[in-house]
Amino acid sequence: MWEYTDKVFDHFVNPRNVGEIENPDGVGEVGSLACGDALKLMFKLDEKGRLADVKFKTFGCASAIASSSALTEIIKGMTIEEAEKVTNKEIADYLGGLPEQKMHCSVMGREALEAAIENYRTHGKVVKKIEGNVLCTCFGVTDKEIERVILDNNLTTVEEVTNYCKAGGGCGGCKGQIEKIIERLKPEVSKSQKKEIKRPSKLTNIQKIQLIQQTITEQIRPSLRTHGGDIELIDVVGDKAIVAFRGMCAHCKTAEFTMKEVVEARLKEFVSESITVEEDNDSVSPDHKHQDF
Amino acid sequence: MNTVYMDNNATTKTDPQVREEMLPYFCDLYGNPSSMHSFGGQVGQKINQARESVTNLLKCKSSEIIFTSGGTESDNAAIMGTLSSYPQRRKIITSRVEHPAVLTTCKELENRGYTIAEIPVDRDGRFDMDIFAHELDDNTAIVSIMWANNETGVIFPVEQIAKMCKQKNVPFHTDAVQAVGKIPVNLEKNNIDMLSISGHKFHGPKGIGVLYVRKGTRLSPFILGGHQEHGRRAGTENTASIVGLGKACELAEKYMHEENTRVKAMRDRLEKGILKSCPDCMVNGCTDSRLPNTTNISFEYIEGEAILLMMDRFKICASSGSACTSGSLEPSHVLRAMGIPFTAAHGSIRFSLSRYNTEEEVDFIIDKMPPIIKRLRELSPFIKV
Repeated sequence: MWEYTDKVFDHFVNPRNVGEIENPDGVGEVGSLACGDALKLMFKLDEKGRLADVKFKTFGCASAIASSSALTEIIKGMTIEEAEKVTNKEIADYLGGLPEQKMHCSVMGREALEAAIENYRTHGKVVKKIEGNVLCTCFGVTDKEIERVILDNNLTTVEEVTNYCKAGGGCGGCKGQIEKIIERLKPEVSKSQKKEIKRPSKLTNIQKIQLIQQTITEQIRPSLRTHGGDIELIDVVGDKAIVAFRGMCAHCKTAEFTMKEVVEARLKEFVSESITVEEDNDSVSPDHKHQDF
Repeated sequence: MNTVYMDNNATTKTDPQVREEMLPYFCDLYGNPSSMHSFGGQVGQKINQARESVTNLLKCKSSEIIFTSGGTESDNAAIMGTLSSYPQRRKIITSRVEHPAVLTTCKELENRGYTIAEIPVDRDGRFDMDIFAHELDDNTAIVSIMWANNETGVIFPVEQIAKMCKQKNVPFHTDAVQAVGKIPVNLEKNNIDMLSISGHKFHGPKGIGVLYVRKGTRLSPFILGGHQEHGRRAGTENTASIVGLGKACELAEKYMHEENTRVKAMRDRLEKGILKSCPDCMVNGCTDSRLPNTTNISFEYIEGEAILLMMDRFKICASSGSACTSGSLEPSHVLRAMGIPFTAAHGSIRFSLSRYNTEEEVDFIIDKMPPIIKRLRELSPFIKV
């Protein structure tokens, strides 16, 4: 049994934007019956060039259906240029995360979007563009595609690559070549990892506060925002960070859990092992209304 | 409606009578069966009784029963333990649709230099006797073929296979984990040398099984230590579970008729009901030689895990050969070996019933399946709605 978030379940049971569009501006189709999942994505633009209508049809497991539904919700209202920047990680984050072995479902969403945009730009001439050389013949994954998931998600092992784009999951014959790509991209991946994990050995007070603020902005806030919540840093006293939850998080029953398992864990990871967090109860926003799901 | 459990090929409910039988062996009768005192000795007697119950069900001798931790251990021990009897023979014959307990063991032996012949099955999941007869030769160290397939329920002609092995003087093992307790097994009347069974597949406890080894079959000890299980499988007996397994065997004999009449009738009604109410679905596996409790149905153009999760919302438990993980190319090695097309193989659902199921539950599933299938097909890009 997979451990899916409530949001994955919600988008699986009540998928948004299911169906087809008559005379769409762009159509993208990826996957196949043999692969076990497939997604057909269509969109129509309004006069301002925004994605006014987006529809999908998906064959696949619960997380494939939920990822497709999430994708349509994310890109609705975006311009082509904005939509083009959406990564598989954003799809997974929107759903509150996906099991590692199901990450390929979010990648399928991003691929379908790319295919649809390509289809739009070539006025329907290009139905599916294959970039690079097919490396994994079992699932038809190209080297370009593998490079893309490695860089987008900072992957460092063949197993991770298989989880994200299936490559190497069939006969396993291409595992050596995947290993080589990982080796080649290692400098870039570790650079972007370093950007995320900046943990100097000794921090001045100002550095510490800045780093806490940065970690909250980059690492913590985005995941809270997917649940309609937010967080604010109130003060830093020694190694104690005093924070306040905002929005949905403020009265959430699991706030205490989030405080320990998300906020404190991230600060320990990215700032210092000795950091603890405390909630500032005095500053709860008074206008907050609790929403029940 | 409470949980509707139709996943009995995965595991079964422990019969309350089995549990009652087991309970004293935790806190009251906790003695070691090997002890000299009567406090332990009485437990030894109870184990002997349990062994008798197993022999009554299988029609064999008590000295031929080795208690193990379950089907997987029995399969491993049978295959690994026979090879040293014929060190010059370098071939192992099995089928393409075996349980991983057998297939993975064979894969490992392939790494050690053995040749593995995997006998194919036809579109209906039937064992190919011609190819088997062709493969069986003097170089064969062991043949391991399952009695009944866990995914489709298709029954293999193991008694005939055993006879052919006997003629060639090749040891024959069968994984009978799905067969025992569902169909009659009579080891007096066939040439099967070794047979694996698992307690939890027929309302016994988990973590206990049996390897039957016919007298005269050369099998090396597989767990070394004390004298237990004739020195072949050392270690203090799992007393409570052995007692529970004994009771489960007793009950299996008692309910064998019901399994092949009432349970079978429910299975048939469920199968017909679904086929009638859901378009584009089909039964996998030949229906004339099949376990009485199993049906495997493919729903075309949709994916198994999604179907299961939709069923889960109604607390209906079944299983799917399809596991949508990045690491598996084939939806189910059994269905693919049968040549079931991808359109159908990804959307296969196995219902496996037991004596605890009711007619109301069958009605409930027949009622709930069509909207689930319709809903997922509306989402599928391969169907024009």
